[in-house]
Amino acid sequence: MLRIPCPWCGPRDEPEFQCGGQSHMVRPEPWHEVAEATWGDYLFTRQNPKGVHLERWGHVNGCRQWFNVARNTVTHEIVAVYGMTDPVPASVAGAKP
Amino acid sequence: MKRYNAWNMLWQGLTGHRGWEPAWRSPEPKPRYDVVIIGGGGHGLACAYYLAKNHGITNVAVLERGWLGGGNTGRNTTIVRSNYYYPQSAALYDFSLRLYEGLSKDLNYNVMFSQRGVMNVLHTRHDMEAGHRWVGAMNLNGIDAFMLTREEVKQRIPLLNTAPDARYPVLGGFVQPRGGTARHDAVAWGYARAASALGVDILQNCEVTGFRKSAEGRVVGVETNLGYIGAEQVGMAVAGHSSVIAGLAGFRLPVSSYALQAFVSEPLKPVMDTVMTSFGTGMYFSQSDKGGLVIGGGLDHYLSYAQRGNTPMLRHVLGAVADQLPSIGRVRLLRQWAGIVDVVHDSSPILGETPVPGLFINCGWGTGGFKAIPVGGWMLAHHIATGRAHDIAAPFALKRFHTGALVDEAAASGIPH
Amino acid sequence: MSGSRLASGGCVDRSRPLRFTFDGRAYTGHAGDTLASALLANGVSVVGRSFKLHRPRGLLAAGVEEPNALMQVGEGDWSTANLRATEVELYEGLVARAVNCWPSAAFDIGAVLRPFERFLTAGFYYKTFMWPDWHLFEGHIRRAAGLGRPSTEPDPSRYETHYAHCDVLVVGGGPAGLAAAVNAAAEGQRVIVCEQEPRFGGRLLWDSCTVEGKALAGSAASHWVDEQLAALDAAGATALPRTTAAGYWDHNALTLVERVTDHLGPNAPKHLPRQRLWQVRAGRVVVATGALERPLVFPGNDRPGVMLATAVRRYLGEFGTRAGDRLVVFTNNDDAYATAQAFAATGGEVVAIVDSRAAPAAAVAARAAGFTVHTDAVVYGTNGRPALRSVKVRVGPEGGAKTRTLNLSADVLAMSGGHSPTVHLFSQSGGKLEWDASHAQFRPGAAVQAVHAVGDAAGVDTPMTPLWTVRGSGKAFIDFMHDVTANDIELSAQENFRSVEHLKRYTTLGMAPDQGKTSNVNALAHMGEVTGRTPDAVGTTRYRFPYTPVAMGALGGRQRNELFRPVRRLALHDWHTANGGALEEYGGWMRAAYYLQPSEDPHAAEQREALAVRQGVGIFDGSPLGKIEVSGPDAAWFLDRFYCNTVSTLKVGKLRYGLMLNELGVVIDDGVVARLAEDRFLVGTTTSGATRIAGLMEEWLQCEWVNARVLVAPITTSIAVITLTGPKARAVVEAVGVDFPCDAASFPHMSFRDGHFGGVPARVCRVSFTGEVSYEINVANSAVAGLWQRCMEAGAAHGIAPIGIEAWMLLRTEKGYLHIGADTDGTTSPQDIGWSQVLKRDVDFIGRRSLTRTANLAPDRYQLVGLEPIDGAELRPGRHLRGATVSSGSEGYITSGVYSATLGRWVGMAMVRGGHARSGEVLEVVTGGKPFKARIAPLCAYDPQGDRLRD
Repeated sequence: MLRIPCPWCGPRDEPEFQCGGQSHMVRPEPWHEVAEATWGDYLFTRQNPKGVHLERWGHVNGCRQWFNVARNTVTHEIVAVYGMTDPVPASVAGAKP
Repeated sequence: MKRYNAWNMLWQGLTGHRGWEPAWRSPEPKPRYDVVIIGGGGHGLACAYYLAKNHGITNVAVLERGWLGGGNTGRNTTIVRSNYYYPQSAALYDFSLRLYEGLSKDLNYNVMFSQRGVMNVLHTRHDMEAGHRWVGAMNLNGIDAFMLTREEVKQRIPLLNTAPDARYPVLGGFVQPRGGTARHDAVAWGYARAASALGVDILQNCEVTGFRKSAEGRVVGVETNLGYIGAEQVGMAVAGHSSVIAGLAGFRLPVSSYALQAFVSEPLKPVMDTVMTSFGTGMYFSQSDKGGLVIGGGLDHYLSYAQRGNTPMLRHVLGAVADQLPSIGRVRLLRQWAGIVDVVHDSSPILGETPVPGLFINCGWGTGGFKAIPVGGWMLAHHIATGRAHDIAAPFALKRFHTGALVDEAAASGIPH
Repeated sequence: MSGSRLASGGCVDRSRPLRFTFDGRAYTGHAGDTLASALLANGVSVVGRSFKLHRPRGLLAAGVEEPNALMQVGEGDWSTANLRATEVELYEGLVARAVNCWPSAAFDIGAVLRPFERFLTAGFYYKTFMWPDWHLFEGHIRRAAGLGRPSTEPDPSRYETHYAHCDVLVVGGGPAGLAAAVNAAAEGQRVIVCEQEPRFGGRLLWDSCTVEGKALAGSAASHWVDEQLAALDAAGATALPRTTAAGYWDHNALTLVERVTDHLGPNAPKHLPRQRLWQVRAGRVVVATGALERPLVFPGNDRPGVMLATAVRRYLGEFGTRAGDRLVVFTNNDDAYATAQAFAATGGEVVAIVDSRAAPAAAVAARAAGFTVHTDAVVYGTNGRPALRSVKVRVGPEGGAKTRTLNLSADVLAMSGGHSPTVHLFSQSGGKLEWDASHAQFRPGAAVQAVHAVGDAAGVDTPMTPLWTVRGSGKAFIDFMHDVTANDIELSAQENFRSVEHLKRYTTLGMAPDQGKTSNVNALAHMGEVTGRTPDAVGTTRYRFPYTPVAMGALGGRQRNELFRPVRRLALHDWHTANGGALEEYGGWMRAAYYLQPSEDPHAAEQREALAVRQGVGIFDGSPLGKIEVSGPDAAWFLDRFYCNTVSTLKVGKLRYGLMLNELGVVIDDGVVARLAEDRFLVGTTTSGATRIAGLMEEWLQCEWVNARVLVAPITTSIAVITLTGPKARAVVEAVGVDFPCDAASFPHMSFRDGHFGGVPARVCRVSFTGEVSYEINVANSAVAGLWQRCMEAGAAHGIAPIGIEAWMLLRTEKGYLHIGADTDGTTSPQDIGWSQVLKRDVDFIGRRSLTRTANLAPDRYQLVGLEPIDGAELRPGRHLRGATVSSGSEGYITSGVYSATLGRWVGMAMVRGGHARSGEVLEVVTGGKPFKARIAPLCAYDPQGDRLRD
């Protein structure tokens, strides 16, 4: 069971959270200029690294705040937690946003 | 290849079993092959077998990073069914089921395909309406399936709580009688043995570390820990590692890798003779020939390559079993494990060409790849050998994620898949 | 074998006899016994039959690793399958039967298989039973397989879950674990220490040990244990006996299973749970789980009377029970010599110590003490029928010139093949294992999480020389529980099943309920011998949860019945049940499907309720519909993007229906939005969408439109909703009393008023899901019961009827109103349900871009249409539609279908391929029997102009 450090509430158990998948997604716009392939990639193609993944988690059964987590998908180790609008920390800059 | 049959079994029994040959050869890699298949799971091995058997292409290598059959082929809950809603899906999975029906004899290897029926239990009015719709579609698709009353469900699983005041009451169900289970390892081993006998080289502990391409961008071979291996064409069937291999080849896939857990209880004398699925409570189970209750449930909903899973889903699934089968609380869980499943948005496979010429793909089976091993192998072999997608595989091309023409069973049925 | 209870010694209380039965025969044991020790003390030699070959088996071990003595314990709803006799504490009246044999372990019909043993090798099933058909054989094979039986009665026991945090979790309450726990507690750390056995002390209970430099044995040992437990208690540490650490998960989370009352039998106090699952988050974990002794692999090693050397010693020391009278020890290490000493100390005869090593130092001391020791010697066979009578010993190398053989009369053979540290938890934690060749064992290597091993779990340094297999005639067992022999391993290698996982799966080695605790290393080593590799090159399979089997009930905990997923009840729950409401779960709430009157069936109730609405007035509990307040300067801007239709043009005081899409352009929810103020909206959602939509709003605001100044407040469960609907609804509203005019002109359809209803603050919305004049009256939950009652009284004159969900759905189907999830699915776009006008919007609402993808513009999409029956066709939901001319395939399906008493016919809605362009076309309704026909028609079948609802 993961233990996720919510920036507002402190460490809490996995069932309090929801994983929202890849973070730092850029929504293509304006919509009428977005090519079908670009839109399809935005909808469906995600980073799926075997290693550190930058993802967003919501403390949905807690303070309801979303934040970013850098987590290793092999060991499940959480290597960084940072705000939703913060840049990728230098410590995990190697991971693809 | 020494054939497996009762006579040889008798003779070997009397002579100390010294005459059994290796099930498959363990050759040294050749410098190049006509076709290299990455992934020595069921799909990759089946592809190699059908390349050799259907298309006469025997200069083939299957590269397996670990031990063959060690991925999701050996980590699933062994269910085989074709109870699908869309005609495209039904055609695909029923092709597979029909191959399963003849597989033991075709491979001369008992894969113990047991057509004990796959039953879905329905808990609400909405479930029942969806069930009628599902069964109606299946019948129009030519799939055997029919609705069951509550009493008929109870008959099939006497331990099931069918009381009207149950938390999830059973209103009825539906069943596909031709569905069932098979011995998962045997499917991999059977294909490996048969492919090896036809000349296919199976290279275990051979990990692909890169691709070599021509100036035009066409793949010409793969780099491995055992050295470079040239290939006219390359197929990949690596399930949860599809994104990793695609990354080596220079493209991305709409695939996410998640842990899917499975569970088995201590062996019990037979208590049920079917496969039961309850989407309402989020679990499914059957009883293996050895007697263990083989149980599955939902995904751990974050990316994982850990082949392990975590306790919240474990407790939810086993809580659901204990709730649905009130007497099972005292039965003990023996083992938990997990596979890395390759999930795409519509939970349908990706079959056929990739952005890299000469590289063909079979992935995206998600939680249901085992039942598709024969068809997955057949379709990949067909595409590699003929250069064209088989009619059955055509709707499952990668390009659907751009056009939006998804084949989304779960979305269409209101019942997860 | 003739085990017996000694006159003194051990932890059993000889003054407290306990009666029990095994395989129908009555025996007596003592308090402090396990079922295993009691059977041994009663001289029972055959305690079980093996899984595949039904060979008679005796006790091999004394702990959880026991592979032979599997029991069905208890009767009726308390009956529990596959318990190991070594883990069952004896209680008065215990009833046990050996599993997988009939009529008893001593005489088992299943043993007729034994002449066919030579055929039942590894891989047997894969090679045969293919012709004519597997199904002919499968049933017989299944009946022969399996072990115990589950009870057919509901499990009467309760299971609890306990969450705990600590600085240090010590797993194992033996000398190393207790010392570690006391040291940590002394440093002020919060400590939990768990011990799987009923008694703390581990090896100290039966062996002499050196603890922190002091040699301890006997009463000094038990005194030391008591001291440590007292110290832990004083420091506020938690010491849990009968508690197994079964799982080690991510982020130092562990799963412990405490068996709270299993040892008390069916008469345990009812206020206590049977078992308690501890979910522990530990700062640091100390693995002090000891080591498991390995059997030696030689022909005849499964004969009753052949036991692990430590087991013989433990039965002596902890249970005052001697496994027999004449002992032979067979060992490759020093530790087993202690068994000879302990056995002799109780008056038993030690016939010989057979040591496979050439010149072990231990032999010198043993000979000096008067023992007969054969070195460079092995046991190559056993005799007995079935229990052990003699042991065949070969002294000197096989075929050597001076080699001689002996036949030693003995009823116990204590064997020791070395020790395997119990690394299971450490491996589960992700830690690497290292092969220690000089002691032939896997030890914990580098840790990944905050964990380390102490004591024997970190490695056993007893001098030893590996001896993996002894040749000879007869079967040499490696996995006792699954009948896997040395020959099976060799066959596996011969057939190229050489990787550890192939070996395991092909031979079923280590896959029995004992999970290979005594067999894994022996098997790896033998595979290594056969294929010229070291055991670590063969590899280990990954250790997995659980360490020992765990009751599913314990894992489910309280999540059964109502608590499996907590049921949600409405504020008016009691009224609904008291008035004939048939409650079912809809969208997560218990709601009335219909209200049955005496001698009425559900169909009649539904029709009566619907007619009441069309002709008079109905009252409906709409409380669970989702209600979300969205406020802030950018609220209108936000809702213009969250809905696919425009919200910002809505005037204060007005209502508007809207659709929400996901980014794929799929309709995910609908509802009515009210503009409470310029910067404040009340968003209505479907019942099942209430939580989901509020969550999605938060996610979009926090993750995408981060600068939007919007606050989202879900308020669904704070407010109850009484819906009055029908031509007489206004009369009822006015009779109960509102403080604003209610006529159609001053309070028109699709507007709302804030005021009072029956003197209670209320928001009243004029919105209709039935096609009749309707008032949705929003009030505080606390006020709803009284107001509902007053509505019933005021409506009595108009024939007011409470309306269940089924009539509600009937009424909206007559009107062709959409029901998300029934008329739409996860592929439905707004165009598919006739909302093409949203394509005119330039706003980049959620899903906008997806609506013009190739597939979204395809002409053959499923589109929502109305259906009119032809010749009395029944339009039941779920039925498929076929083209009248084309015979194959589905053209669509009925999404909603009801019999309308008002219209005197069935009314349907359907998704039809390209349906919008097929108006008037006749389709076949597939029924499985006589097909019906139906015509594509407008969605709304009743009052298409909407005059009634605007009245």
